[in-house]
Amino acid sequence: MSKTLFDKVWDGHVVRKIEGGPDVLFIDRHLIHEVTSPVAFLGLKSRGIKVLYPERTFATADHNTPTMNQHLPVEDQLSANQLKALESNSNEYGISHWGLGHQKNGIVHVVGPEYGITQPGATIVCGDSHTSTHGAFGAIAFGIGTSEVEMVLATQCIMQPKPQKMRINITGSLGYGVTPKDVALFIISQLTTSGATGYFVEYAGKVFEEMTMEGRMTVCNLSIEMGARGGMIAPDETTINYVKGREFSPKGEAWDKALSYYKTLKTDDDAVFDKEYTFDGSLIEPMITYGTNPGMGIGISKDIPDAGSVEGGVSTYEKSLNYMGFNQGDQMIGKPVDYVFIGSCTNGRIEDFRAFASIVKGRKKADNVTAWLVPGSHIVEAAIKEEGLLDIFTEAGFVLRQPGCSACLAMNDDKIPAGKYAVSTSNRNFEGRQGPGSRTLLASPLVAAAAAVTGKVTDPRELMMVEA
Amino acid sequence: MAYDKFEILKSTAVPLPIENVDTDQIIPARFLKATERVGFGDNLFRDWRYNTDGSPKADFVLNNPTYKGKILLGGKNFGSGSSREHAAWAIYDYGFRAVVSSFFADIFRGNCLNIGVLPVQISPAFLENIFTEVHKNPETEIEINLSAQTITLLSTGEKESFDISSYKKDNMMNGFDDIDYLQNIKSEIQEFAAQLPL
Ligand code: SF4
Repeated sequence: MSKTLFDKVWDGHVVRKIEGGPDVLFIDRHLIHEVTSPVAFLGLKSRGIKVLYPERTFATADHNTPTMNQHLPVEDQLSANQLKALESNSNEYGISHWGLGHQKNGIVHVVGPEYGITQPGATIVCGDSHTSTHGAFGAIAFGIGTSEVEMVLATQCIMQPKPQKMRINITGSLGYGVTPKDVALFIISQLTTSGATGYFVEYAGKVFEEMTMEGRMTVCNLSIEMGARGGMIAPDETTINYVKGREFSPKGEAWDKALSYYKTLKTDDDAVFDKEYTFDGSLIEPMITYGTNPGMGIGISKDIPDAGSVEGGVSTYEKSLNYMGFNQGDQMIGKPVDYVFIGSCTNGRIEDFRAFASIVKGRKKADNVTAWLVPGSHIVEAAIKEEGLLDIFTEAGFVLRQPGCSACLAMNDDKIPAGKYAVSTSNRNFEGRQGPGSRTLLASPLVAAAAAVTGKVTDPRELMMVEA
Repeated sequence: MAYDKFEILKSTAVPLPIENVDTDQIIPARFLKATERVGFGDNLFRDWRYNTDGSPKADFVLNNPTYKGKILLGGKNFGSGSSREHAAWAIYDYGFRAVVSSFFADIFRGNCLNIGVLPVQISPAFLENIFTEVHKNPETEIEINLSAQTITLLSTGEKESFDISSYKKDNMMNGFDDIDYLQNIKSEIQEFAAQLPL
């Protein structure tokens, strides 16, 4: 029978099927961090069980770490406790631990691919919803709750019903100044934040074939924002070139074996999806969000739509605009911006900083803007320095911080103050996500850069034209 | 972690007629710093419930003594966003045993089932009726019968059935969790792992 890419990977990992219940799914790689793992380890302790395959789990600290002065002790006592718990649990159970200050430390979804932990055709889970990032490699990757973290530690399996399958095709080519982030925000604006709930998505079409691995990671990362369990892209030459030779990638004979497995990882021509969408990539503009969920996005040149033309109840919509301090029919261009955040597992990789640099180069940070530039990992941080991007940033009045999740979820000190507007390259614009009362406009690194140098929402294409 | 068995729940309900309630509202990230699972109920809906100075916001439903009970009524797409199980813990710890909505986000639904909160998905029209009845009379009782998979609005007798897999239902009714099951098939898992390509 014809199978989709998703079927092949899922079915290949089913240990057993339960009548009237979920599948028992084997997990190849498990990533853990300090926030969602401590209670799982407590569970193991109270049951008196060990970690079944410690070599399949990797720990990094990221959600709750400072992005300045990482060499100093963490001041916040609760945060310090979580970091300590991650370290001592990892040591006790024999799990690799990349804590604060470790050279491999960074955001879990950035370091996983960088070190070759992420592999095509693998099943990957983490107690973080943006685990969907790893789907860029043709892996089945998704976020799990703490009870499931405990399950994976104890048995390397979780129990879930097989999701339905959706394919999203984007044809054509992307326009000038349009990035993978815009593609993702566009898709979510079309499907809404619940449009893919219950589905696992495969992204297909020329736009994704032409995309770099970093871009694919950005798109797959945001799959969860339309409710999907995850999203994936079939591995190709681009994928294999990225994976080959990384520290935890298979080597020698194991590589040959893995390679022949990777080659099987594509959807059969006549395979059927439960739902399918096709969009024309050439129609996508640089995007920005204006509301309090990631589905509330529009092309940057557009006006905020009327309540009548959007999904969901009018009162919820009005509550959202009210929180943002915006009105129906407002133009987004020209809205004042107080903060700019570039970073997170969505847009905290080197390409994102290159894009940011391409606009701020030769310009100055706007005086009214506070900017936080936070690399996703030490590898990204090092590349920023090596490629001379740091000089560009410094020249333009920006400061580079140290790796971590930072203002993406504002668990550490990087909080946007109440009432302030932030153009952010992260993934969620929920009320208070970036700090109590903060107002988030999600956008690409190019849009973030344009806001950072002009102090307001600006179409990056205007600034790019000048240079061309 | 063990939780109370769920059989029949008869209770008044707390109405929250807002759509797309995300897990950052259910429990904001800054309250995820604990290393133990205690006290999350205090911060349930923290920023909707309290002013920045810690005083309660009078217009938020959890601060309105008229509404109480073990059932939380939510708008469509309840629990979207982050995978934090803390959101489900906060709901359980506050004292809710069931959440009723016309649509749930996936991970949140799974997390609830794993810790003993029953997500009950019903039709938008029925949800609307329950909201109306509860707003009209906060003493209105709702009965959720897990074994029969039905939810009944007792004031009108209106009733709907809801879906749950027989496996999960069994777990909820017995207070079991998945680890109990998986522990029992460990050798099967190990044999399976030995033949995997990665
Ligand atoms: S950067 Fe944000 S979304 Fe990504 S892992 Fe960290 S908190 Fe989660």
